[in-house]
Amino acid sequence: MRHILSVLIENEAGALSRVTGLFSARGYNIDSLTVQTTEDTTMSRMTIVTHGSEDVIEQITKQLNKLVEVVKVIDLNEADHIERELMLIKVRATGKERDEMKRMADIFRGRIIDVTEKAYTVELTGTGEKLDAFIKALDPAVILETVRTGASGIGRGERILKV
Amino acid sequence: MEISGAEIITRCLQEEGVEFIFGYPGGAVLSIYDAIFKQDYFKHVLVRHEQAAVHAADAYSRSSKKVGVALVTSGPGATNAITGIATAYMDSIPMVVFSGQVATDAIGLDAFQEVDMVGCSRPIVKHNFLVKDIRELAPTIKKAFHLATTGRPGPVVIDVPKDIAAQTSQFIYPASVSIRSYTPPTKGHPGQIKKAAQLLGEAKRPFIYVGGGAILSNASSEVTELVKMLNLPCTNTLMGLGALDGSDPHFLGMLGMHGTYEANMAMQYSDVIIAIGARFDDRVISSPEHFLSQAKKIVHIDIDPSSIAKRVRVDVPIVGDVKHVLIDLIGILKETGIKPQAEALADWWQQIEEWRKPQSLWYEPSDLVIKPQFVVQKLWEVTGGEAIITSDVGQHQMFAAQYYPFKRPRQWINSGGLGTMGFGLPAAMGAQLANPDAIVACITGEGSIQMNIQELSTCKQYHIPTKIINLNNRYLGMVRQWQHFFYGNRYSESYMDALPDFVKLAEAYGHVGMKIETPADVEPALREAFSDKLKDRLVFMDFITDREVNVFPMVQNGKGLSQMDLPPHMRDMQLTPFENNRDYGNLC
Ligand SMILES: Cc1ncc(C[n+]2csc(CCOP(=O)(O)OP(=O)(O)O)c2C)c(N)n1
Repeated sequence: MRHILSVLIENEAGALSRVTGLFSARGYNIDSLTVQTTEDTTMSRMTIVTHGSEDVIEQITKQLNKLVEVVKVIDLNEADHIERELMLIKVRATGKERDEMKRMADIFRGRIIDVTEKAYTVELTGTGEKLDAFIKALDPAVILETVRTGASGIGRGERILKV
Repeated sequence: MEISGAEIITRCLQEEGVEFIFGYPGGAVLSIYDAIFKQDYFKHVLVRHEQAAVHAADAYSRSSKKVGVALVTSGPGATNAITGIATAYMDSIPMVVFSGQVATDAIGLDAFQEVDMVGCSRPIVKHNFLVKDIRELAPTIKKAFHLATTGRPGPVVIDVPKDIAAQTSQFIYPASVSIRSYTPPTKGHPGQIKKAAQLLGEAKRPFIYVGGGAILSNASSEVTELVKMLNLPCTNTLMGLGALDGSDPHFLGMLGMHGTYEANMAMQYSDVIIAIGARFDDRVISSPEHFLSQAKKIVHIDIDPSSIAKRVRVDVPIVGDVKHVLIDLIGILKETGIKPQAEALADWWQQIEEWRKPQSLWYEPSDLVIKPQFVVQKLWEVTGGEAIITSDVGQHQMFAAQYYPFKRPRQWINSGGLGTMGFGLPAAMGAQLANPDAIVACITGEGSIQMNIQELSTCKQYHIPTKIINLNNRYLGMVRQWQHFFYGNRYSESYMDALPDFVKLAEAYGHVGMKIETPADVEPALREAFSDKLKDRLVFMDFITDREVNVFPMVQNGKGLSQMDLPPHMRDMQLTPFENNRDYGNLC
């Protein structure tokens, strides 16, 4: 099953490679990984999307907790949570394609953030599925380039991950 | 006053009460060596290969409860240390390794003798550091010792760039460490401990399974008390040997791949297992499926939550320091008077005695050719069972584990987790330096000893009077045994050709060498080697043993613990299977 783990980790050199090294050394999968410092700049927060059986996820969580820099780990799947991913997608936009593209971006609540004679770059946020749906809705021939961040996740309501 | 980074290192080691460090110099650590020269607080032991420095520091720790410390130079020195670090990591040994690094402004430029030590060692350390600011040096060392020794112990690497060792700074050694993200547990959860006590009360076929964690947490007396108080059968893993006295009647011998018949059967057919600092390693339970096919409840006590429920499902997990948890458990048992069911326990013991009868460690004696088991037994007799024994890896290691009943913890020093050939001799050096008055013997094979034999030179330099027991079968014996069982006797490259004359070799290094070729000479030779006359000498004893002896019992990979290959004398024996005699349910 797909799991989304939130990890608070000391903002130290090498901490990120310890996490990724742990996944590769133990044969776990990382589907996506996002990381940035938090409001407390001595700490970073990672969102790791992974998949595996309950046993595997339990081991991953325990092994993450074992890393000296890891302050806290929670599995966002255990309760309601929100996920967002950011995509920048560059599409061909000439002639009547330009209107069509604009409409599509609006429907998906995307924003066109760069315009040239031949191309638009659209910024889109949402769940991974929504971004996938956007790509599917386009003619593959018009897609010039895409870049996605992977998911960031946060618990709903009162559920807070903090030290 | 400002002092150099190198001096800061020596001062920190002094603060930590370090008495020995094991190392090898090189360009990147010359300032540290200079600082070592100028102090006389601790001694430096110059080995002949960095791997040996780390093994020696490791065994120094294993045999003394102190922290092992090693120092190696950058690049090849650091990579040579890797096998030693991995060995210590697998067996959770508290250790601090200093590696030199090229100067900070050269890092990342493929400078001469540069290697990314933090990257190389990451998967095999508890933690590691690269010190990039001289002001961080002392606090880092403080943290390293704290991390190495608390929680689940392990090796910590500190990579020190050459310029950091040369720069100067105030020396302030922090009095304590606090790392917000690191809070290892000590006490176990009281509710869980109560559950464990209740399970013991319901048990009909209880079994205690003790691993290396019990030794690391110095819980041997608690293990012994628990076992005796409730009259429980007990096994020790390879790493746990000595946690319960090997001659105690409650002890069923080691279990697992080369465990005794009675220990493996009892493990398989017990209904409540209390696992104490043991991790259900694949060499212990072989196949989890077979193991769990018998209905049983498992209580698992371990400091490391990730060791719990990794391979088998656990009914009562208890995260905590083994010693603390056992003290609490014993307290509850005493308070409540909980005991396993007396009648069932008596039947269980009767069954165990049945399993014990055929003596699965018996071997065919011989007057003509030396049996390796015989040498170990005689060694036990001659040393009164008191020696600290280090071993290498192979058949000789298993014979040592099987035939030398260890009396106390930290008497048996071997590479259990990684199985590192070349460990034995440097380990004997570390153990001997930590215990100058003890008898230390290294049980090895002609394959293993040659992996770090250059350390005979170190032994000469520091007058280390270790005794080397080389069980020389002219084969990589354990490899040959597997080739015998699984590869149709195709002994591919397991034959050791062109062996040196070990007697001459020992003599060349300035030691005493002996070659022993007949069973009658075994005991006299051992007596001589351990006599007062040779007390201060390293004696290399080359025992020419039976070539094709196999280690039995043997549980083949993927089989159940009760499906052992038994020694020849038991093969046709009518073994009483474990029978349902009361309300136990048919377990066979
Ligand atoms: C560094 C290393 N290389 C290879 C092995 C694999 N291995 C395990 S036992 C063994 C044979 C050991 O032979 P020897 O030291 O002569 O001991 P014996 O089994 O004959 O007692 C080998 C090669 C190992 N454990 N360690």
